[in-house]
Amino acid sequence: MTTTIYVPRDSAAVSVGADAVAGAIQREAETRGLDVRLVRNGSRGMLWLEPLVEIATPEGRVGYGPVAPHQVPEILDNPDHELKLGLVEDLKWMKDQTRLCFKRVGVTDPLSADDYLANGGMAGLRNALETQPADVVKAVTESGLRGRGGAGFPAGIKWKTVLDTPGELKFVCCNADEGDSGTFADRMLIEGDPFCLIEGMTIAAYATGATEGYVYLRSEYPDAVRTLRQAIEIGYARGWLGENVLGSGQKFDLYVRVGAGAYICGEETSMLESLEGKRGMVRAKPPIPAITGLFGKPTVVNNVLTLASVPTILADGAAAYAALGTGRSLGTQVFQLAGNIARGGVYETAFGMSLAELINSYGGGTRSGRPVRAVQVGGPLGAYLPADKLDLPLDYEAFAEADAMLGHGGIVVFDDTVDMASMARFAMEFCAEESCGKCTPCRVGSVRGVETIDKIVAGQDTDMNLAVLNDLCELMTDGSLCAMGGLTPNPVLSALRHFPDDFAARTPHQETS
Amino acid sequence: MTPDALGQRVRAVVDAHRGDRGALLPILHGLQAEFGHVSQEMVPILADELNISRADVHGVVTFYSDFRAEPAGRTVVKICRAEACQSVGAEQLAEHAQQVFGVKLGQTTPDGSVTLEQVFCLGNCALGPAAQINGRMYGKLDERRLDTLILNADAGTGNT
Repeated sequence: MTTTIYVPRDSAAVSVGADAVAGAIQREAETRGLDVRLVRNGSRGMLWLEPLVEIATPEGRVGYGPVAPHQVPEILDNPDHELKLGLVEDLKWMKDQTRLCFKRVGVTDPLSADDYLANGGMAGLRNALETQPADVVKAVTESGLRGRGGAGFPAGIKWKTVLDTPGELKFVCCNADEGDSGTFADRMLIEGDPFCLIEGMTIAAYATGATEGYVYLRSEYPDAVRTLRQAIEIGYARGWLGENVLGSGQKFDLYVRVGAGAYICGEETSMLESLEGKRGMVRAKPPIPAITGLFGKPTVVNNVLTLASVPTILADGAAAYAALGTGRSLGTQVFQLAGNIARGGVYETAFGMSLAELINSYGGGTRSGRPVRAVQVGGPLGAYLPADKLDLPLDYEAFAEADAMLGHGGIVVFDDTVDMASMARFAMEFCAEESCGKCTPCRVGSVRGVETIDKIVAGQDTDMNLAVLNDLCELMTDGSLCAMGGLTPNPVLSALRHFPDDFAARTPHQETS
Repeated sequence: MTPDALGQRVRAVVDAHRGDRGALLPILHGLQAEFGHVSQEMVPILADELNISRADVHGVVTFYSDFRAEPAGRTVVKICRAEACQSVGAEQLAEHAQQVFGVKLGQTTPDGSVTLEQVFCLGNCALGPAAQINGRMYGKLDERRLDTLILNADAGTGNT
C-alpha cells in the first residue's frame, strides 16, 4: 500500500531544513522498501513546527514537527513518536481559522493542477465566465472586499473604474512586491497555491476587459518566482490561460516580472514605472492607475491576497464572504505573526479578533520568553503599539482610530530588550535607503530624521531637537508624494509617544559654553 | 573580452526579450545572470539597442540595488536587517559576520570569496534571523550556524 507523506517545499520550511528531511524520507523509504509517495506541499503556516511532516492515514493527515533528518527513521519506526501532533486539521491553530485565501495552502501539491481542481479550484472562474463582466464586478463590490496590500481601498470600485474606462488594451497587475517586514503571506500563497492567484487574476481580467497581466514579484523571493512561472506554464497547457480561457473565447496572457531590490516598487505607481522598464519613481496621483496605468492604459493593480480572495467570492457568492468580518472590514484577513514570537506563522480569520488574543493565545507570546514590550503592525511604516494597548480589534477602522494601521496584516512582536529609539532611527534610516528620491520631504527628511534622532539620543539640545523631529515628521506626513515618506513618521512618533524613556540621553552631553 | 564579443553577448540577451513590453529590467536581470554584473561598457550598447538614452539606462541600472557594477564574491550572503529579524538579533548577527569576514555590509572580502550584503526582508519573518546564501534562504540563524553555512557554501559542499 502506498503511504503518502507530505514535506513542505515552502521556502520558510526549507530555510530550517525541509529539503534535508524530504531527502531522509526518500532514502529511508528506499532502504526499507517502503512504497512512499512524497508530496512537497505548501506550508500549513504553523512555521514554528517546520519542518512539519504529515503522514496520510485513514483518519486524516497526522503531523510531526519540527522534524530533524535524524528523527525520520524514528518516526517511521514509531508512529506515536514524541513529535506527533495529532491530526493536523484538528490542531487548535488550524481549526479556529477561517481559511478562504489559504484554504489549499499546505493541503495540496502547489503545482498539481489536478489537486487544484479536486480542491475547489476554478469554480470561481467558471462561475464568472457564465455571467457578464459587470456582474462579476458587482459581486466583488457586494462582497466588501478591500485591497489587502495595505490601503484597504474597495476592490470592486477599482474594478468598476477599469471596466468603465474604454480601451483596446487593459492590464491586470498583481503587486507581489511584498517588502514589508513581518509579512510573508503573499510569498506563501504563491509558493503554496499559485493557481489561486492565476485564477483570481483571470477573473479580474474578464471582469474589467483586460487581456494581459503582470505579476510584479520581488527578487528576494526566488522560490516564489520559480513556482509561479511553472504554474503559469501548466496553466497555459491546461487552457486556463492564453487565447481561449476555459473555452470561453476570453483571452488572457500572464507574465511574471521580477523586481530588483527596491522597496519603493511596492508602491503601485512606482511598480508601474518599474514594469515599464524605468526607475521606480513614484507618480503623482491623479491620474489614477485604473484610468491611466501601465503604459498609460487602464490597469487593475491589486495585491496578491486581494486577487487570491476573488475565486472564493465568485465560487461561494458575495453574501457568504460579506457575512464574515465586522463593520466595513468584511471577509477574512491573513494575519502574519512574526518577529519575536513563540508560535509564528499565518493565521487567516475574519476581521475583528483582538490583537492581544492573536499574539498571546495563538502566538504564545515571545519566543525569548520575555515580556512583550512593543508590537509593530502593518510593516515598517506602521505604528509601534505598547504592550498595554494591544486590546484592539483587528479591523481597518479600529486601527486607524488608534493611529495605527493594519496594512498587509503583518504583526511583528518585540520583547523588553528592544530599544525603541533605535527602532525609530531605523525607520528613518530605512526611508532614507529606500526613498525613490522624487519628493524632498521623503528624500531629505529621512536623512535629517536619522541625524536628529542621533542628536536626541546623544543628549544634544534635546528639547530643540525633539521639536525639530516633530516638525520634520509633520512635514513628511503632509508633504510627501506617497506613503513611504508620508507614513515613516508613524513608527517614529509612536515610538516617541509610547516609549519616551528610550530617547533619554545615553551619554550626558558636555556643554561647551 | 573584446568590445565586439561583449556587444555580441549583450545583444543576445536583448534579443531574448525583444517581444517584452518595457523590457529593460528583464534584460538587466539577464545580463547579470550572464556576466555576474552590469558594467558601464554595457550601458551604451543597451541604449543603442533599445533606442533610449545612455542616461536613461544608467539611471535604471543605478536605481536598483540588485544590479552590481562589479562582480560579487563566490559566495553572496544577504543578511536580513528588517524589523522582524531585528527583534530576534539580526543586528548582532550582521555585526558578527562583518567581524568574521573583515568587511562591511556591501563589500567583498579581498580574496573574492565572500560578499556580505544587507537585505530588507526575505519573507521569513517568523523564523528569523534570516539570511540568503547564494540564493537559498536560511532561518533561525545564530552566529555558529551562519559561519558554518558560509564556509560550506564557499567550499562548495552545499548546505546543511
